[in-house]
Amino acid sequence: MIRAKVYVTLKKGVLDPQGETVRSALETLGFGEVRDVRIGKFMVISLNDVPRDEARQRVEEMCKKLLANPVIEEYRFEVEEG
Amino acid sequence: MRFGIIVFPGSNCELDCRWVLENVLGQQTELVWHKETALGDYDCLILPGGFAHGDYLRTGAIARFSPVMAAVERHARRGGLVLGICNGFQVLCEAGLLPGALLRNTTMHFLCRQVHIRVETAATPFTNACTRGQVLRIPINHNEGRYYADEATVARLTANDQVVFRYVTAGGEPTEAANPNGSLQNIAGICNEGRNVLGLMPHPERAAEALLGSADGRLLFASVLRSARTASATPR
Repeated sequence: MIRAKVYVTLKKGVLDPQGETVRSALETLGFGEVRDVRIGKFMVISLNDVPRDEARQRVEEMCKKLLANPVIEEYRFEVEEG
Repeated sequence: MRFGIIVFPGSNCELDCRWVLENVLGQQTELVWHKETALGDYDCLILPGGFAHGDYLRTGAIARFSPVMAAVERHARRGGLVLGICNGFQVLCEAGLLPGALLRNTTMHFLCRQVHIRVETAATPFTNACTRGQVLRIPINHNEGRYYADEATVARLTANDQVVFRYVTAGGEPTEAANPNGSLQNIAGICNEGRNVLGLMPHPERAAEALLGSADGRLLFASVLRSARTASATPR
């Protein structure tokens, strides 16, 4: 089986109020060194056995078509066997 | 006029739209399930509010691939009227029929209250019964209503007179305090370049009868009826 780990995050410059609220909570808890928190999405996608290159290409298409919205988000992913 | 109201799993404002169109304005409506691939002959399509497909992944992200959306897109590309309200606006943005995206409110709140919006242009089929600068009182009901687009897109929207509504004070000023969700430049609604597709976060169907606190929202539907009358009076 092939497993893809996809990370989707808000683009730089797009305000993340959820991240900012968590940052502020961390500060309250004594983690004053925290400068910024950005919250994103982590997806694990299991695929049928296909060559890795093909899997990579398919996951790229999935990201472009559905998993991330290029207006506000960017993505990266890793493909591994197992 | 015949209105088609698109219903996704998770839509929840379709009956409010139907009520206003049929009982307040005497028009015909049909509810169109999202699995339909061919549309009847509708003058205007409405994508109502709600949580289409649970708003999973992103608001509108899954709904945008519902089978009916190809037909909605064809209707829009032909110049047919499409009105996206709240979640419907989010779906239209995801589908690329309107530019930009709607993000989580900056305020940490799910917002459900009356707001004031200013009509920025009467030159659309959805606002031609209003006057430019007119302030409408219409409720919002959303968690992801913060309009965002890159600078170039916002500049283009402004230059093309595509910003249709802005959040304002009761006196009509687009102040920061009057901006409920952190939208760029207080944007509450926009139209496409062809001006036949409109998306807005406020719910005009919830403000169409004085009994409910405001009848200002009726102006949007009255505009659509008016533009249909003008179109049928003008030989094409």
